[in-house]
Amino acid sequence: MRKFIIHSILICSVIAIIISCQNQETIDLQNYMSNGKDIYKAKCQNCHGENGEGLGQLAPPLTDSVFLKTNKARLACIIKNGASETLVIHDKTYQEKMPGFPELADIDVAQVMVYVTNSFGNKQGFVSYDQVSTQLQNCK
Amino acid sequence: MIKNHFFIAICLALFTFFYACKQDKKLPFYGERHAETVKDANGTEKIDTVYQTIPNWSFLNQDSVVTTNKATDGKIYIADFFFTSCTTICPTMHRNLMTVYNEFKSNPDVMFVSHTIDFKYDKPSVLKKYAQKLGVDGSKWQFLYGTKDSVYTLAEKNYLVAVGEDSTAKDGYIHQGYLVLIDKDRRIRGAYDGTKEDQVEQLKRDIPVLLAEYKK
Repeated sequence: MRKFIIHSILICSVIAIIISCQNQETIDLQNYMSNGKDIYKAKCQNCHGENGEGLGQLAPPLTDSVFLKTNKARLACIIKNGASETLVIHDKTYQEKMPGFPELADIDVAQVMVYVTNSFGNKQGFVSYDQVSTQLQNCK
Repeated sequence: MIKNHFFIAICLALFTFFYACKQDKKLPFYGERHAETVKDANGTEKIDTVYQTIPNWSFLNQDSVVTTNKATDGKIYIADFFFTSCTTICPTMHRNLMTVYNEFKSNPDVMFVSHTIDFKYDKPSVLKKYAQKLGVDGSKWQFLYGTKDSVYTLAEKNYLVAVGEDSTAKDGYIHQGYLVLIDKDRRIRGAYDGTKEDQVEQLKRDIPVLLAEYKK
């Protein structure tokens, strides 16, 4: 009987370890998503809306997955430094200036970027802090 | 016997409850007030309360046309203060106000008035572009441009909304995000934080209540 109890405890803990053992990237993604959401609310939501729907022709929606994908390397720079050029999103042109957010640290930019590119119907996966940091150093 | 009394008590309670519900709801009056002796049609004197009202105004609208209080006379309207290059509360305010606008677009008794507090940059042509990009067309929603002095005085003294220049603020100006509800007699009947969705919903419920006051 005692043997049985010990064995079952052992098996249970092995199963628990396996279940909780997600890979590091999934955990990072979850962290970035939850922090990114807070930053989004504080800095982006005013103009881009709670569900990334944008605001008329003043602020573009963040739901154009094709735009986000083709401009992936530029996104970090846009978030940090703003944008003054005309952007074509969902076949509509947007000419209003986007303000920069120089107060955001590289890690904040990475987190909010991961949040945007994995919310509102987008699913582009994880981008690490290192990658974003490199992108930010090469902003035009 | 006790059971009977209990039953009657419940009936009475329910009756008062439903009766109370039927009373006409009235919106409050904001601002200063004072008592004044007035004469009614028969010449008898009585004391009446006089509430704070919005004075006459005259500004340029988004079509560069001189617009005065005549545009809103005899209507209820919602006033707010903003500026086009504002990136903080204004987009949220106007996103929410758009939903009110869409709901009452076809009601001729309701108007919208947005004053810019950026007297340097927000000329009528800028306001026009902003209105179009927001998705507003026509004269139901007026975007008004005026001198710093006239707009700021109107905001603080009459609409009771704080506005100001502030070089330390991100966009150069600070202001409160109130949507102020004005009745047909130019009195302030409500102030709703345009950045909070629940307060904007309250505004949507209060507009019909205010309109109902004039239907007799």
